[in-house]
Amino acid sequence: MVHIFQFKADTLAYDTESQALLELDQLAAACLKAFIDEGGKRPTEETVEAIGAACDVSIAEANRCLDDIETLKSEGVLFASDIDVSLEQLYPDQPVIKSMCLHICHDCNLRCRYCFAGTGDFGTGDRSLLDVETGRRAIDFLIAASGNRIHLDVDFFGGEPLLNWPVVTELVDYCEKEGPKHGKELRLTITTNGVLLDEDKTEYINQHFKNVVLSLDGRPEVQNQMRPNAGNRGSYDVVMPHIKSFVERRGDKEHYVRGTFTRLFPDFSKDVIHMADLGMRQLSMEPVVAPPGSGYEIREEDLPEIMLEYERLAEDLLSKEGTQNAYNFFHFNIDLTGGPCLYKRLKGCGVGTEYCAVTPAGDIYPCHQFVGEKEFIMGNVHEVDLNDVYGSLTMPHAEAFAQLILPDKPDCQECWAKYYCSGGCAANAWHATGDLNGVYEIGCQLTRKRLECALWLEAKRLSE
Amino acid sequence: MKNIKILNSVNKTIRKGGAACGECQTSCQSACKTSCTVANQKCEQIKRD
Repeated sequence: MVHIFQFKADTLAYDTESQALLELDQLAAACLKAFIDEGGKRPTEETVEAIGAACDVSIAEANRCLDDIETLKSEGVLFASDIDVSLEQLYPDQPVIKSMCLHICHDCNLRCRYCFAGTGDFGTGDRSLLDVETGRRAIDFLIAASGNRIHLDVDFFGGEPLLNWPVVTELVDYCEKEGPKHGKELRLTITTNGVLLDEDKTEYINQHFKNVVLSLDGRPEVQNQMRPNAGNRGSYDVVMPHIKSFVERRGDKEHYVRGTFTRLFPDFSKDVIHMADLGMRQLSMEPVVAPPGSGYEIREEDLPEIMLEYERLAEDLLSKEGTQNAYNFFHFNIDLTGGPCLYKRLKGCGVGTEYCAVTPAGDIYPCHQFVGEKEFIMGNVHEVDLNDVYGSLTMPHAEAFAQLILPDKPDCQECWAKYYCSGGCAANAWHATGDLNGVYEIGCQLTRKRLECALWLEAKRLSE
Repeated sequence: MKNIKILNSVNKTIRKGGAACGECQTSCQSACKTSCTVANQKCEQIKRD
């Protein structure tokens, strides 16, 4: 499948199967479009005449360009065939749970307007802290469930995990002790809003956590309005110095400063640039996922402005590359020559099969975005038999999660971006359509635009 | 080619479709949590090599 798109003055073509990226002039774009319209076949002489007239070239020249496209087709660069391979071939071991979002705390010291987690309690009305025993049991469960996988992930999540700091350090100790004992490498991540980050916690986190996610929405007016504290006061003046200091001390170790944008402040490129100007170099900004009618949700009519924002951001990022103000925007990263294997691209995050979330009460969910929806509870870490993990999980919707795989999503088959989104987020699909296999169309459009920006940036780098 | 500039070659990691090892970092397709998506993550085997 070939996708042609325009970005500013550049016309680019991308082949989904081969991942080849090409730059086209006007004639090549017209010829390739004619090929696409003919289902990958050479267009008729009548069409060639029309192309020649439209591009002001001779028929012979148009035919030479079509010959080049045929050559690229024969070499598997363009119109590469679909990959026909079974899941059993791709993943003979079968998936096992190897990654956990551990909810250290179902409470928060901020009251973000758009919070999918009900400002910390995940809509349960129960603001609670994880205790050490439940946390240890969750780690035991992950190790037991992971079979022969070596690399396991634990994300210390909330609410705000720093509200339960003694349990954080106890569980880090436990992970560092239990991992090697079982031949596992536990990669620890912590996600924080930065309110309670002080020098001691910064030093501890930098020493023990492989990755850190710092939540910050950008400019003062945005952060203050969207992420007030429990007393409804803006949080920028508290949070920004903490995160700025943390990032300076973090250096080159993995971290992201990530924000959320809503329809109230669609000009998010200014927020990313604001954070970059303050010295933050690893940046991400995500579109909010909020229910219709919340006032924050991204609507169809917002998309043209948001698309322009992505373009502005791509241009700014490119203009600063190679300078001391260069920054990294995660959604503009794309790896055209490596990247994950085909199974990973088809299966994605592994919600409910490789990934789970555990609450302070010990309940196990397929993903943090399902927490609080009791019909998705898979079990409880206190009740699971560690000698027979999968036999003792209840696994509602187990079959549906097991079958969440790109080739089984009809709406994705004709999408050129499919190997970069793996069919999208199942939780978003569920919340938008009531079907785990559904399509959250606004999310799809945003994903495709980000990928076009990423491909354009790659094209500019590669053509230098 | 006069009208077409090839910017990168064919990606063999997709084409060969070898067996998965399951060792890579879990991505988040909504990117709400880790900003790690299948578009920007690395293969654990390639990273170790």
